[in-house]
Amino acid sequence: MWTAMPDRPEPPGMDRTSEFALSVDDLTVAYQEKPAIWDIDLEVPEGVLMGIVGPNGAGKSTLIKAVLNLIPRAAGTVSFYGKPYERARSLVGYVPQRGSVDWDFPTSVIDVVTMGLYGKLGWFRRPGKRERELALFALEQVGLVDFVDRQISQLSGGQQQRSFLARALVQDAQIYFMDEPFAAVDAVTENAIVDILQALNKRGKTVLVVHHDLQTVAQYFDWVTLLNVEVIATGPTAAVFTPENLRKTYGGQVASLNGGILAGAAGG
Amino acid sequence: MPGARLSAADKRVWLIIAGIVLLGALFIPLSLVLFDLRFTYTVRVVALGGAILGLLSGVLGSFAVLRQESLLGDALSHAALPGVAVAFLLAGRELSSLLVGAGIASWLGLRFLSALLHTTRIKQDTAMGIVLAAWFAAGIALLAYIQSIPDASQAGLDHFIFGQAAAIIERDVTLVSAVGLLVLLLVALFWKEFKLVTFDSEFAGANGFRIGFINAVLSTLIVVTIVLGLQLAGVILMVGMLIAPGIAARQWTHKLDQMVILAAVFGAFAGGVGAVISALDSDIPTGPMIIVVSFVLVLLSITLAPGRGLVWSRLRQRANRRRFAAINTLRDLYRYALAHGAEDYPVPDDFIRGVRARSVESGLRQLRGAGQVMALGEGWRLTEEGIAWAREDRRNQRLWDLYRLYNDELGLPVIQEDRRLDIGAVLPAAAVEQLENRLEPSETA
Repeated sequence: MWTAMPDRPEPPGMDRTSEFALSVDDLTVAYQEKPAIWDIDLEVPEGVLMGIVGPNGAGKSTLIKAVLNLIPRAAGTVSFYGKPYERARSLVGYVPQRGSVDWDFPTSVIDVVTMGLYGKLGWFRRPGKRERELALFALEQVGLVDFVDRQISQLSGGQQQRSFLARALVQDAQIYFMDEPFAAVDAVTENAIVDILQALNKRGKTVLVVHHDLQTVAQYFDWVTLLNVEVIATGPTAAVFTPENLRKTYGGQVASLNGGILAGAAGG
Repeated sequence: MPGARLSAADKRVWLIIAGIVLLGALFIPLSLVLFDLRFTYTVRVVALGGAILGLLSGVLGSFAVLRQESLLGDALSHAALPGVAVAFLLAGRELSSLLVGAGIASWLGLRFLSALLHTTRIKQDTAMGIVLAAWFAAGIALLAYIQSIPDASQAGLDHFIFGQAAAIIERDVTLVSAVGLLVLLLVALFWKEFKLVTFDSEFAGANGFRIGFINAVLSTLIVVTIVLGLQLAGVILMVGMLIAPGIAARQWTHKLDQMVILAAVFGAFAGGVGAVISALDSDIPTGPMIIVVSFVLVLLSITLAPGRGLVWSRLRQRANRRRFAAINTLRDLYRYALAHGAEDYPVPDDFIRGVRARSVESGLRQLRGAGQVMALGEGWRLTEEGIAWAREDRRNQRLWDLYRLYNDELGLPVIQEDRRLDIGAVLPAAAVEQLENRLEPSETA
C-alpha cells in the first residue's frame, strides 16, 4: 500500500542529539488560575505510536497545543530530538481537531492539502507544480483522489478528516501530533486512518494521537500516556494500560468498563 | 493557480465579472440619458473615488467576512469618529491628517478590544459593543463641541457620519489610490499567509508562521480600508460597503481568489454607481446610496447564484420531487406485479394510490408520457419499455448492494456510493463482472 515519498532526502535537522523524539519537562499551562496541565514530564522514544488518553478536561489537547507552542506556557521546556521547537519545526506535523475550522471556507481539497507545504515554502513564496504533485500523492494515500477539486464544504466528516491527514502527510515530518482524528468518523474511515497511522509508524515516524475510545487503545497503540492534568503513567501499552492506572486516571467510573478493556489489553 | 482548463463554474464567475464591468461602463452613457447627468469634472472625480474605494473594500471585506469579523469592522469604523474630531482640532481640515486621526482612534479601539478579550472574561460581541458605543459617543460629543466653535472651516465635518461624495476632490482620489495600491500590493504579497491564517490559524502557527504578526497586518489593512472609505460612506454605514461585496461574491464561487476578484468588481460597481447617484443632488448622502446598490447585488446573489441561491435550491427541490415521483412509482408498480407472478401483471389503481398518495399523480403522468406504463381500466400495466427499465434498475441496485458487501473482499476500486448512477459508469467493466458473478441465478435471467 504505502510507498515512500518520492525524492525526499532525509531532513537536514536529523543529527540526533537525543534518543527521544519528544522530551517535555515541567510543562504547566493555566488558562485561568486553575492549571489545565500541571508539571508534565514526558519522554517519548522515537518510532512509537502513542495514544494520549484521559477523561474530558484532562488537558489532552492542551498538552499538544502547549508542546507546539500554540498557547502560552506557564512553565516548562519542550524539545524535539534534543532541539527546541524553533529549530525543529520542519520535523513536526500536526492534525488539529476537525471542528476547529470553518469547512464552508471557499477552497478545494487539494488546496487544503497544499497548505501542509506552506511552512516549507516559507514567507511569500507561492505553491507551484511540485507542491501540487506532492499533494496529489498524499491524497492518493488517504483514498481521496476522486475528490481533488471538490469544494471542502461538500465533504463528509470522514473525508474532512482524511484531507486533514493528507495535509499532515505532505508535511513529511518525523513526529506527528493528531488531535482526536477518530472523533465522529464511521468505522470504515477509522480503519483507514489506523492503517495510515500504522504505515507512518512502520516508516519510523513517531505518532502521538489524542484518543477517546478505551476499547481500542491496546489494539491501536504500542505506547500510551494516561493523562489527567498530570501524567498518571506513560510507557509501553502492555505495562501501562492496567486497571489500576485507569482507575487512577478516570476514578471509579471505569470500574464497570474494566472487563472489556482488560480483555483488550491482554490481547494487545 | 494553474488554470489551463476552465470548469463551467469558473466560466460562470468570469462571465459575471465581465458582465458587471460592462454594466459599470454602460452606466456612464445610461445616466447621461436617464438622469440628464452631466459628467462634469466633479462627477468624474466622485465616480472614480467611489469605484476605487469600493474595489478596495471588496478585497479586504472578503477577508473580514471569511474571518467572521463583519461586526468587528462595524465597531472599528464607528471607533474612527473621535479620531477625525481630534485630528481636526489639532491639525485642521486636511483630509490626510483627518484620516490618520481616524486610523489611530480605530486602532486604539482594536487594541482596547483585544485587551478586554485577553484580560477579562468579557465575550467578543460584548467587547465590540463597548468599543463601538464608547468611541462613537466620544466622537459625537467632540463633533458637537467643534460645531460650536465660530470657525467656518468645520463645516462638513459631520459628513463623516453618513458620508458625502460631493466633498471628494481630486487630491483625495490621488491619496486614496496611492494608499489603496499599497494595500493591494500587501494583500498580494501576503496572499498565502492570509489564506492559511483565515482558514486554520492553529495549523499556521504549528507550521512556524507568526500568526500574531499576520493577523496584525491583516487587521491593519482592514482598518486602513475602513478609514479611507469614511469620507465617502461615513462611519455608520462603512461596514456595509466593506462586507456586502464579499457576501455577494461568496455566493457565486468556491474559490478564494475568484471570490476576492468578484468582490472587488462588485465593490467598484456599487461604489462608483452609488457615488454618482448621490452626486445628482447634494441632499442624498453617499453612504446609504452605496449601501443600497451593494445590497441589491447581495440580494440578487443570494437569490440567483447557482448552488447556493434560493431560486436555485427551490428549482432543485422541485426537480428532485418530480424525478423521485417517477422512479418510486415505477418501482412500486414493478414490485406489485412481480409479487403477483408476472412483470406485466396489472396493478389496481387503488393500490398504487394507496402507497404513494401525494406524488403518484405526477409519477404516473411522467411514466405514461415516457411510454413506460399504460392505463388499463381500473389499473395500470407496465409496458415493454417500463419493464426493461425496471429490470435494469433492479439489477443496478443489486450490484450496488453487492459492491457494498464485497468491495473489500474482492479488492475492487474504492468509489463513492451513489445509487442514482449506473454502477457500470463508475466501476471498470472487469469489476462489474466480478459483482455479476455474485448475483443469484434467478437475478441474472
